[in-house]
Amino acid sequence: MPQEYRQILKYADAPGYTPDVECYLRHGGYQILKKTLEIEPKALPDGKSMSPAEQVRDQVKLSGLRGRGGAGFSCGLKWSFVDRRSGKPIYLICNADESEPGTFKDKQIIHKDPHQLVEGMIISCFANDVHLAYIYIRGEFAEGARILNRALQEAREKNFLGKNILGKGYDLEIHVHRGAGAYICGEETGLIESLEGKRAYPRIKPPYFPAVLGLYMCPTIVNNVETLCAVKHVVDLGPSEYAKIGTPNNTGTRIVSLSGLVKRPGYYEVEVGKVTIRELIYDPIFGGGLRDGRQLKAVIPGGSSSKILKAGERFKLKRKGPDGKDVEQELDMLDLPYDFDSLIAAGSMSGSGAIIVLDDSTDIVAALSNLSEFYAHESCGQCTPCREGSLWMSKALHRMANGQGRKGDADYLLKIADNIPGGRTVCAFGEACSWPVQSCVTKFKDEFVARGTQDEERRAAGSK
Amino acid sequence: MSTNAKIETPPTPAPVEKIKVKVDGREVEVPKTMPDGVTGKPVPTTMIQACHAIKVEVPHYCYHPRLPVAGNCRMCLVEFGTPAMGPDRKPILNPDGTAKILKSPRPAIACATPISPGMEIYTNTPNVRFMREGILEFLLINHPLDCPICDQAGECKLQEYSVDHGQTSSRFAEIKVHKPKRVDLGPRIILDDERCILCTRCIRFTRDVVGDDALGIVNRGSYNTITAYPGKPFDNNYSLNTVDLCPVGALTSKDFRFQMRVWFLKETKSLCTSCGTGCNVVVGSREDRMFRYKPRENDSVNATWMCDHGRLNYRWIHNPERLVQVTVRNGAAATVSDWKSAMPQLAARLKSAAPGTVAVIGSARQTTEELFLLAKLARHFQAVTDSVPRTGPADHLLLNADRNPNSTGAVFTGLAATPMGSNLGKIAEGIRSGRIKTLIVFGEDVTRHGIGADLLARLDLLVASDILPNATTKLAHFVLPGCAHVEKRGTFVNVKGHVQKFMKAIEPKGDARAEVEFLKELLPTVTGWTAPRSLEGLFNQMAGEIPALQGVTWAALGDTGVRVQI
Repeated sequence: MPQEYRQILKYADAPGYTPDVECYLRHGGYQILKKTLEIEPKALPDGKSMSPAEQVRDQVKLSGLRGRGGAGFSCGLKWSFVDRRSGKPIYLICNADESEPGTFKDKQIIHKDPHQLVEGMIISCFANDVHLAYIYIRGEFAEGARILNRALQEAREKNFLGKNILGKGYDLEIHVHRGAGAYICGEETGLIESLEGKRAYPRIKPPYFPAVLGLYMCPTIVNNVETLCAVKHVVDLGPSEYAKIGTPNNTGTRIVSLSGLVKRPGYYEVEVGKVTIRELIYDPIFGGGLRDGRQLKAVIPGGSSSKILKAGERFKLKRKGPDGKDVEQELDMLDLPYDFDSLIAAGSMSGSGAIIVLDDSTDIVAALSNLSEFYAHESCGQCTPCREGSLWMSKALHRMANGQGRKGDADYLLKIADNIPGGRTVCAFGEACSWPVQSCVTKFKDEFVARGTQDEERRAAGSK
Repeated sequence: MSTNAKIETPPTPAPVEKIKVKVDGREVEVPKTMPDGVTGKPVPTTMIQACHAIKVEVPHYCYHPRLPVAGNCRMCLVEFGTPAMGPDRKPILNPDGTAKILKSPRPAIACATPISPGMEIYTNTPNVRFMREGILEFLLINHPLDCPICDQAGECKLQEYSVDHGQTSSRFAEIKVHKPKRVDLGPRIILDDERCILCTRCIRFTRDVVGDDALGIVNRGSYNTITAYPGKPFDNNYSLNTVDLCPVGALTSKDFRFQMRVWFLKETKSLCTSCGTGCNVVVGSREDRMFRYKPRENDSVNATWMCDHGRLNYRWIHNPERLVQVTVRNGAAATVSDWKSAMPQLAARLKSAAPGTVAVIGSARQTTEELFLLAKLARHFQAVTDSVPRTGPADHLLLNADRNPNSTGAVFTGLAATPMGSNLGKIAEGIRSGRIKTLIVFGEDVTRHGIGADLLARLDLLVASDILPNATTKLAHFVLPGCAHVEKRGTFVNVKGHVQKFMKAIEPKGDARAEVEFLKELLPTVTGWTAPRSLEGLFNQMAGEIPALQGVTWAALGDTGVRVQI
């Protein structure tokens, strides 16, 4: 039986649970921080010793925690890239820009359990010798920013923040910075530029890898809200216990934002890889199925930028059999376990954990036109392929969606989309704006061609 | 990210480690680091620099060696590979003993990607060509394609790369983005936002080189628009460099736009004469009319920039009042003469001047050769000599407080007093006392420098050579029309001792002649000394006689000059 596994959202929706510090403390809050600050240096067999911070970093690495923001990159590995010898301060930024359409998980944490994020951040900062951290929150989350500021103030009053935290000699300050409403501010280097007060143009990498040249050209860690909360649980459970949650290489829990044409849209925290897409859509405790009489058309599995999966698509996946050997298994799209690796193997991604369900009432041309318009509007316009390509695709799709299609528009769109991703752009927005077009047009080509043909015939017949 | 840099000669860098890379199969050895274009600090050598070293051109728009790297145009995308490493961190070898290359699945921008030992860069693969075509198509879909009325046509990177990488027809079936046209950015610049490809060269130059954060981008995505701060005109002394930097026709100079198609322009290497910096320029001229200055690269002087003050200071060359006739005056009557009859008269008059009764004032705007010949003449008469100092406010970049282009030359030739201008009073006194009876003035209106018309009227002989008429030429017994620098060849020595030559772009007006020419005619008769016939010979002769110029030859000056000790 599939079920929710509430770890991060354990108390979020509990009756009477409030976002203030007292409530958090009543539920065992800041105990993990205390535990972290009390870690003693560990003597190693080679005579060297491992500092408490190093030990926490080690735990996060061993836990296999992967970033919850979109790329699913190993959190421990990301931390290991930080240049700790530069002599410059190290910054940590919590990416609370949550702007991928379909995603609404960080909002739940921020609104309902802000202190969990604060505690997770303090632990992560301690682990990385950070003394100044920022929460970059999207401009639209005005209420979220207010809640976080209050939580930070409470934490300061309780000496979880500030100088000499809990008398353990560790100093940390956290500031909330509100964005002004741009998708690109969720891209880590765009976020850093924005935080520096500049236009959020993502930086070129090389040379501006945040771990070396990040905020104010200092080493910087940018982690998602959910990732930072998970760090708390890694330290709480210990890496090996944490890794038992979820599946190998896809450890822990994820909050899935389920939206679209299902009966029960909402957020569901599940063990990574223990639940399939089918279960998330159809199981009564999750999506509860499609509206009556509707057939599934497609699923956008990881935020609107991920490649669409068409109903009935089948994928060959390598999975570990019971004997530990790789077994190739053919799976229906719906039977893909909802984890990082399976969706990558299926040519898409679990991205920000946002599933958008489309049923057979969906006009795929209109849906793609809508998505594409979003990306054209949000392209920062710094580099050529994304700037010009995103609007070009959007205009073409808008034309198609409004009865001015052409038979050849499917190929026309693919040719535009093929010129954008794959390292041609400064940041991954190039992929974000072209993947939906590439996947939708390829997988639903008959619909696009039919639409164009129909439009051409109608125009030829003289009725506009 | 960067600081405002002063343009200085970069100090000779310590020898740096070299690394070998391959560009399109050809091996090239390049330094591991190279000086940053703005700060001069050593930074890792990039792919585009390695390609440049082996003369492989990687097309680009936003990259400029003198600006911080932006990496936004994506035109310079190349493919590359690096040596595959074994678990022992040693390169894996192919059966033939060469290093096994692991080709990167993703392309890289050549302008920002550092090279590494053994790297192979592929600038001409089908995939690279496909990417370039794609980028160019993207840049052109919203471009107005108004080349026939665009000033940049003929020197436009969009045009050039379209020929190399473009397609013959457009598949763009949508409506173009429309943006502001004819935007008055400031007193000297007009912006056409539809032509702009958003490479941000202008923004980076203004912010990082000039230190004036005047330009920026508003709006998002394809609607991005370059603009100046609202209500604040783009008006710094270097604004016109953005017109040069603009790879397309978005930024145009109010002075130059619609004046001349650039392919008709003859380009001549020359120097700016508006201050002691001596920025290297290219003069654009057609049919003996000069249309513009553009800065010419010289790392020791002006990098690739020049100031607006100097750039626009050329209109005087085509002033209709120019002196174009030799004039000889006897008493109150001035008569138009010609060189053939005036020169022997002048020589005869000068010959009879007694030593000690002559003064020579040569402008520090004259060429070193002219000043040298004037000094020869002066020495023959044991004349009192001087030049006129000319100063103005300096700025932080190129504009020097010394507004004479050749003060150092005037000092080197001995014509200028020390300090410059300190003999002007003595000359005035000499005329007043009747001791000085002959005054030779080149390129100055001495009535504005303490030798008034009343004094000039007392002289037995006043010889004036100039370009434009003034109170001094009005009173002169002999008016010898001279040449603007674009009408002749010569050298200037800048305030730091950089000896530079300039070439002739256009023919002189009317009877005007290069001063060196008529001075050379005059000298043998008056002094008995004959100057070398050619300008090259004259320069070399002068270099032999002036200690500071020892060993310098005309040929050695090349296009960018030679630095000497002041």
